[in-house]
Amino acid sequence: MISRRKFITGGLVATAGIAGVAAAGSVAKRYGLIPPDCGGIYGPGETLTYAAQRIITHNADAREFPRSMISKVPFANELAPPRDDFKRLQAGGFADWKLTVEGMVSHPTSFSVSDLKTLPRRSQITEVVCEEGWSYVAEWIGAPLFEVLNAVGYLPQARYVAYFSIEPDWWESIDMADALHPQTLVTYAMNDSDLPVPFGGPLRLRVPRQLGYKSVKFITRLTVTDSMKKFGKGLGSASPEAGYAWYGGI
Amino acid sequence: MRVTHWITVVCFVALLVTGAEIVVSHPRFYWGETGNSGTPVLFKIPIPSSRATVPSGYNYVMPDQNGWSRYLHFEAAWALVLTGLLYALWGLRTGHFRSNLFPAPGDRTPNAFLKIILGHLRFKRPSASEALTYNALQRVSYLGVIFLLFPLVILTGLALSPGFNAAFPIVVDTFGGRQSARTLHFFISIALLGFLFIHVAMIILAGFRSRLRPMITGTVKLPQERV
Repeated sequence: MISRRKFITGGLVATAGIAGVAAAGSVAKRYGLIPPDCGGIYGPGETLTYAAQRIITHNADAREFPRSMISKVPFANELAPPRDDFKRLQAGGFADWKLTVEGMVSHPTSFSVSDLKTLPRRSQITEVVCEEGWSYVAEWIGAPLFEVLNAVGYLPQARYVAYFSIEPDWWESIDMADALHPQTLVTYAMNDSDLPVPFGGPLRLRVPRQLGYKSVKFITRLTVTDSMKKFGKGLGSASPEAGYAWYGGI
Repeated sequence: MRVTHWITVVCFVALLVTGAEIVVSHPRFYWGETGNSGTPVLFKIPIPSSRATVPSGYNYVMPDQNGWSRYLHFEAAWALVLTGLLYALWGLRTGHFRSNLFPAPGDRTPNAFLKIILGHLRFKRPSASEALTYNALQRVSYLGVIFLLFPLVILTGLALSPGFNAAFPIVVDTFGGRQSARTLHFFISIALLGFLFIHVAMIILAGFRSRLRPMITGTVKLPQERV
């Protein structure tokens, strides 16, 4: 039997709990701890993961490895056969490949691969981690995304950077914590060569603090925005539309 | 606090099912930092995969269930960790671990354990008074599950998170790299599954209804002893 005292205590605890969750929710929203795919039955778990990681990872760097640990056998994963527009650009050695940066920026700009090579260059040896379980280590070379964003003058109200592949329906977004992170690279080279096509060449956005699916291949467009609501179904990227989490830091 | 047991049951089953679904997308295991379809395996599970790129030896590709499996896996993990913390705090505060789970001083000898094991081998039933408390073997198993296997399965799971590894690289490095942590995560889950089987089998052998009732209601109905 539940005693009256237990009942009252239980009621108070439950009320405090609900009030606590509501207060935590509004604080979390203010500090950008709510992911775009926070709705539905998996929303609470996803929000806890994203909020907890945003608090603990903050400025942490993804692990970097010594050169001796670069995988002899990197794994490129499956790709759809290239479309005609890709093949045409590939035939021209990607000289006409353009990365358009637009949205909440002072000077929208289209960068060619050689334009990006004039920006400060960074290389890092990090692991590509697939959600399926496999992984490999490679050296990734490119322009840090924050250098690209600084070059176009991103506006202070920016909260996300969305990025799009030349392949249809392949797009992702990251928050500014990852977009401005020094390891997030607009990658144009891998190990000892230009970025090979199976690994996303000519341009791939590498986000080493998140799972491989956040590192979109063949990027042609970056959009700086304050909200993901207007993009696709408003869940933040193509992944949640296919049933996968938007935040890939797990 | 019995409710923490049943929340754990629900979460654990969700984690097992979704964990198995995720393994299907790459049923190969490695040791060290890296491993993929192009590298040698430590071992592989002989099942078809839900990815065509995995050399499973089958011509059949299973349907992809990773999206919801991953969402549910992490949500259940959160619920389990929060419930576990609540249970641990309660157990420490009430002395539950000390009085009910640490083997009594006289039972901490190899002989005491041997006696229990021999009793099991002879299918000897505990007397009504013995059945009211856990024997030393039960106590050690429960402690092992609570303070060894669960913390390890959580830590090896966290060591698979690129975000967590950025913040606390020491955890994944201690397990010997990402793929080692994944392999250990798998084996610890199997050990927990083994515990679940034995735990349920013991309840059935001891009398399913009479043992399940106190697990839910908290009250024990003593059997009428024949005079």
